[in-house]
Amino acid sequence: MNVLRIGLLRGGLEIKQFIRQRESVVFTILFPVMLLFIFGSVFKNSIAPGVTFSQYFVAGMIASGLVNSGFQQLAIMIPMERDFGTLKRLRGTPMSPASYFIGKAVLVTVSTLVQIALLMGFGAAIFGLHMPSSPEKWFRFIWLIVVGSVCTTALGIAFSSVPKSGRGASAVVSPIVIILQFFSGVFFVFTQLPKWMQDFAAIFPLKWLTQGMRSVFLPDSFVQQEVAKSWEVSRTAIVLVVWTIIGIGFSIKKFKWSNS
Amino acid sequence: MSTSSTTAISIKGLTKKYGDAFAVAGIDLEVHSGEIFAILGPNGAGKTTTVEILEGYRHRDGGDVTVLGEDPGNLGDKTYSWRERIGIVLQSTNDAEDLSVRETVHHFAKYYSKAKDPESVIALTGLSEKADAKIRTLSGGQRRRLDVALGIIGSPELLFLDEPTTGFDPEARRAFWELIRTLRDEGTTILLTTHYLDEAEALADRVAVIVGGKIIEIAPPETLGGRHLAQARITWVEGGKQHERLTMTPTTDVATISARMGGEVPELQVIRPSLEDIYLHMIGEAK
Repeated sequence: MNVLRIGLLRGGLEIKQFIRQRESVVFTILFPVMLLFIFGSVFKNSIAPGVTFSQYFVAGMIASGLVNSGFQQLAIMIPMERDFGTLKRLRGTPMSPASYFIGKAVLVTVSTLVQIALLMGFGAAIFGLHMPSSPEKWFRFIWLIVVGSVCTTALGIAFSSVPKSGRGASAVVSPIVIILQFFSGVFFVFTQLPKWMQDFAAIFPLKWLTQGMRSVFLPDSFVQQEVAKSWEVSRTAIVLVVWTIIGIGFSIKKFKWSNS
Repeated sequence: MSTSSTTAISIKGLTKKYGDAFAVAGIDLEVHSGEIFAILGPNGAGKTTTVEILEGYRHRDGGDVTVLGEDPGNLGDKTYSWRERIGIVLQSTNDAEDLSVRETVHHFAKYYSKAKDPESVIALTGLSEKADAKIRTLSGGQRRRLDVALGIIGSPELLFLDEPTTGFDPEARRAFWELIRTLRDEGTTILLTTHYLDEAEALADRVAVIVGGKIIEIAPPETLGGRHLAQARITWVEGGKQHERLTMTPTTDVATISARMGGEVPELQVIRPSLEDIYLHMIGEAK
């Protein structure tokens, strides 16, 4: 199918551009790894039998990786492309919008996988992160990545119509991600946060992704430390799917090809 | 081709409002296939709005518009087949800076079912030496040539050029005009907006002057504003005095003066109104 073929070609082009932009490589790929080093080195204490904060943090950063590569990357990049006229130019060609979004999905997939591989590699090598210990956990890990990526990609495309300009996009988007990271148990142990923060975080996907990643990377006994005393796997799936539908709905209704 | 071979664009009673103000206040015009048609007007006259309606970027508030036989405001499932047949060069784009010229042109060629050979388009637009350069390193003129390369890569029947030479130096501009003429000679219909008179005069077969969202005249550049009918001014020196005469028959008058003075006429000048004089007069009256 031509739409798919051109979409994949666009994906190749997106990756080429991504690699050639030093800022994007640093921001999207290396920044989480740096954070991992800093937090993992500072907080080495155990938070439960056989679980260090570093391990807890790596699981949270892998979940954040999905949000960084999907939501944050697209919600900043698309407004810039709108400012630069990229979108308007494409709109004047016979290229299907679907191909454009396929290209973005390819970019998100590749940058997500690279980021997760780096975090897992460093997490295992330096902070004693355990790889998923059963086929069931691997399976859950994979669907969390797939569903989580689709969800944050859809939300990133939906949110791309919010920033008024490409230059301002980062200032709008980054604080949202950072606040959600604080509230969702990435930088702190979730159960130690105030109840209102926990409740607020539970509305958004990141909290569920972090919890899901903990269920994959931490020992089963740790489930007793979770708020619900359960990994809440099916509830996680439902939350992600609902947000995906919201994201796609908004994207279809609100996507803007130019500023005026 | 599904369209008539004589009309590429037809506009009747086109209107577009922003808020309460009419940006386009009732425009009628026809662009014939194979011609270079220029829309000339001051900034804010409604040129870009009109062209963006024709390109399918904006919705109109009233009137009938046909571009290559289709209504760009209501293309439905013909959207993509219609976009195969047009080429658009936007006013300012600043994208894909990290790709090379060659990568970009080759990539855009994939969007079209009857794309030209990317290498020959790069050569035609004078970018061969820059083919492997990153787009961010191109000069303004080279960037614009790339925009044209991407506009023509799909072998369009109709090419839109929105103020293509803004910010060019004179030499780059002449080279650009040569490129546009080449495209016309290959049979491409070209709709050009510009606020440069010399550009309209150098390129266009016909010019529409638009002011305040209305067309005040459509004519070939030579006859715009009754330029060919305007009186010529003859000045010369006779008997140590400066003389001046306004006339419809400058040739006869000069012959008469020359005969009277026995040949050479000192400091003789025959001045026709320039397109600029005519144009400034026209938009002054329209305002």
